[in-house]
Amino acid sequence: MGDRPRDRRSDHDRPAGSPARRPGDLRVVGTAHRRIDAVGKVTGRTQYADDLALPRMLHAKLLRSPHAHARIAQVDVSRALALDGVHAVLTGADLPTPFGILPVSQDEHALCPDRVRFVGDPVAAVAATTEEIAAAAVDLIAVEYEPLSVVGDPAEAIAGDAPLIHDYGDAGNLHKLVNLEFGDVEEGFAAAHHVREDLYFYGGNTHLAMEQHASLAEWTPDGRLTLWSSTQTPHYVHRALARVLELPPGRIRVVATPNGGGFGGKSDPFNHEIVVAKLAMLTGRPVKIALTREEVFYCHRGRHPTLMWVKSGVARDGKLLGLHFRTLLDGGGYGSYGVASTYYTGALQTVTYQVERYKFEGARAFTNKPPCGPKRGHGTPQPRFALEVQMDKIATDLGLDPAELRLRHLVTADTITANWLRVGSMGLGACIAKVVDASGWRTRRGTLPYGRGLGLACSSYISGAGLPIYWNDMPHSGVQLKCDRGGGVTVFCGSTDIGQGSDGILATIVSEVLGVPLGEITVVSADTDLTPVDLGSYSSRVTLMSGNAAIQAAERARDIISQHAAEKLQVPAERLVFAEGRVFDAADPDVWLSFAEAVQGAEARTGTVGTVGSYTPPASPGRYRGAGVGPSPAYSYSAAVVEVEVDPDTGIIRVPKAWVAHDIGQCINPAMVMGQVEGSVYMGLGEALMEEMVYRENRGLVHKIPSMLEYKSPTTLEMCDVETHLVADPDPNGPFGAKEVGQGPLLPIPPAIANAVFDAVGVRVDEVPISPEKVLRALKDKARGGPGRTGPTAFPDIPWPEPIRVPTPWEGGDGKALKHDAAGRRGRAADQSAAALPRSGAASHPERQH
Amino acid sequence: MNGEPTQVAFAPHKTLLEVLREDLGLTGTKHGCELGECGTCTVLLDEIPVLSCLVLAQACDGRRVRTVEGMATGEGLHPLQETFADLGAAQCGYCTPGFLLTAEALLAAIPTPSRDQIREALAGNLCRCTGYLKIYEAVELAAARMRGEDAQPRPETIHGR
Repeated sequence: MGDRPRDRRSDHDRPAGSPARRPGDLRVVGTAHRRIDAVGKVTGRTQYADDLALPRMLHAKLLRSPHAHARIAQVDVSRALALDGVHAVLTGADLPTPFGILPVSQDEHALCPDRVRFVGDPVAAVAATTEEIAAAAVDLIAVEYEPLSVVGDPAEAIAGDAPLIHDYGDAGNLHKLVNLEFGDVEEGFAAAHHVREDLYFYGGNTHLAMEQHASLAEWTPDGRLTLWSSTQTPHYVHRALARVLELPPGRIRVVATPNGGGFGGKSDPFNHEIVVAKLAMLTGRPVKIALTREEVFYCHRGRHPTLMWVKSGVARDGKLLGLHFRTLLDGGGYGSYGVASTYYTGALQTVTYQVERYKFEGARAFTNKPPCGPKRGHGTPQPRFALEVQMDKIATDLGLDPAELRLRHLVTADTITANWLRVGSMGLGACIAKVVDASGWRTRRGTLPYGRGLGLACSSYISGAGLPIYWNDMPHSGVQLKCDRGGGVTVFCGSTDIGQGSDGILATIVSEVLGVPLGEITVVSADTDLTPVDLGSYSSRVTLMSGNAAIQAAERARDIISQHAAEKLQVPAERLVFAEGRVFDAADPDVWLSFAEAVQGAEARTGTVGTVGSYTPPASPGRYRGAGVGPSPAYSYSAAVVEVEVDPDTGIIRVPKAWVAHDIGQCINPAMVMGQVEGSVYMGLGEALMEEMVYRENRGLVHKIPSMLEYKSPTTLEMCDVETHLVADPDPNGPFGAKEVGQGPLLPIPPAIANAVFDAVGVRVDEVPISPEKVLRALKDKARGGPGRTGPTAFPDIPWPEPIRVPTPWEGGDGKALKHDAAGRRGRAADQSAAALPRSGAASHPERQH
Repeated sequence: MNGEPTQVAFAPHKTLLEVLREDLGLTGTKHGCELGECGTCTVLLDEIPVLSCLVLAQACDGRRVRTVEGMATGEGLHPLQETFADLGAAQCGYCTPGFLLTAEALLAAIPTPSRDQIREALAGNLCRCTGYLKIYEAVELAAARMRGEDAQPRPETIHGR
């Protein structure tokens, strides 16, 4: 449990309509229970996208580019069209409207019209009566390519002779450039007792959800389109379909089927979704596509490979007086979420330890590889790795215990950081204490035999992005609720269950508020015809946002029902309790109605008992250009200690155990929270030790390993033991105080392993994945008298723009950027219209993206 | 097929996975790679776990095939299904049928498996959600119940520490 009292929420803090509620009152929330979709999943009854089939359904296949970068001179589809069983063939000319997840990077086409930008970029599509015929037809399409020179990485992207991959961006192949300064970091370095500069690299990896993407489209003669798809963001797919197909959104229905894992990899609108929709419209028949595993590697949108330069200046006690981060992201061939990813590599460095002055320069380069995007932790595991290893090095330099160093300088609860993020509840201190105690850190670290070591790292993550992907002032999540005469309740919400259990969260919250047994609650989710908009399952936003919307809807239903029940039972409404399928008098529980009776009475009195609820996050105090990425209603915190065994002869790392503590705010269902923590540790372990997207540079950037056999991920034999501690420090913005858990606990694992390797064998691998050859190289370097380090050695010259300077809160800033006068001197804070986000006419403002 | 004589006509090149899903409508068996890499399509062939994407359906003539659809009976869920559901061993649920059947074969051979024996038996099945730990615990709990023990989940398994 957290250190602070649990009932500190004042009436003022509470979401509108929420009555006084103390944790002791909770009946369902906080109890471990079976999730509502569990039986469907263990019996094989859950229907994923590829399990769907419709009568007369056609099958689609995509023709993908074998070139990493080429102009399309000509496409001849005549032989494919002539094949028996082929019903339609599409090329880029059939779908000319570009699309993309962010309004500022509408740079994708469903099928490339004139240029391919990575091996796997789709060029043509076929619909045929069987998958085999579709595949054979694809082979009959003749494409004449004119190969262009290939850009393999960011260094090549910024070289003078590099071909331009896109005709937009901030500078040549640099898609995005950011320069933000909060206080004068040079002043911080000058005042520092100790300054160090380090380079880090975090390799690219992919989601590898077990379910391959699949979509099924149906077009009916009344001019309506339905798409069932394995997507995390049906609302954004809905928008992309309307745009590219030029259909009124009201004629399109998108249903997100239960996702067989997402992890961010199904968050973009995808070319195959648009292609099957168009094919269904052309043929008048349902059309399905199920991607092969190889194709899923081409969809990618995974972790951006990121090079980082970090300069830190600390006081004698380790306090960060100045922190300067530079990041260079390898974006791949398209924009995807990249602008947001770039900002995220600089956003959350300030929410764990106090940072007096902070400067962030970030750049994203286009390269000829599958596009990178959001993967669990979106843009933050890379800088978190760098920061946490840097903290470990600082502790070593100063002769401090790394845990002690962190504990001394924690950001305090209810503060605003240097870059204007508002931190509410903050349980990191309790998390560190838990893992330090449980792992025996104080006695075991530094004392284990050579080859064994312990490492510690911490992290934080957002519980939902504070701003939507496209600028609008509507709620981020909506819930409709219907109470049936029989006592059952149906909850409608646009949120998408990607395996994280969001349907169960809705049911649990409604069960808590209305006292209806879980088994009598039905959840209808992720269907644009039936459910109010929820923006999607990304940025760890669903529990907090759809949860708050569900509370509001359920409380409104309770109020309606209460009016009737109070009259019927002759009890004041405020004394009524809704629990265990009954509505009863708190003072005399023998005075009661069944929930069904109460609903019937309310319906007789006021008509159908249906309510709505919605949620909009609070405004952020940051008002500068770029302030849109990083704010969140609440931040989760995690700490981990990892034990490693390093074989100095082979460099092979074995991880026997991780101790992890997570500040969850409040568990809605602890059993699911445990699964999210353990799954995050698992994915962090994979990223730290083995997962990597690798391309054959000498063969035109062909993906080296587009298969599950060659893309190494942890099996049962590599997975470590995990001891999980939950810290409950309820946040006033969370539903019942809950914060996120799906992403945050991944973040401390890679740096904790790197720090443990140092403790074990005294070398630094400043690079992820920490493969055996990198460990061996560092050991050899050390044996030859070198520093004993493997990692990047240079950061390319980037044409950084002039910084946007924002005074910190303790400098008396107001969250806005400074204005420059003609001489370039800093003036007083600019007015909002000049420096901050436009209030209107900003339908596609670039800095509001996530 | 799940205890019933079954006749089905299909193209001779089809795999067991394809015939199950496309010709018999048994979509509980999933696919993750179709190359024998992920274990998702595991079914029991004469009670032995096999990767149905690598088995020609023709080779199953006269043999017993068990899929996840055959695990629950009129009396209720299989003990493994109960514990997978209760402990959260199924998150997205996509790999779950393969794990359930592999675990069922393990418990038939070794009623009291050690943690290492469970790890070894499940090493061919990939899961991206759970980190495997809840799966081990679900197998152990089901094993205990199948031995007739009145076993409950450990509190720290579902509540943390």
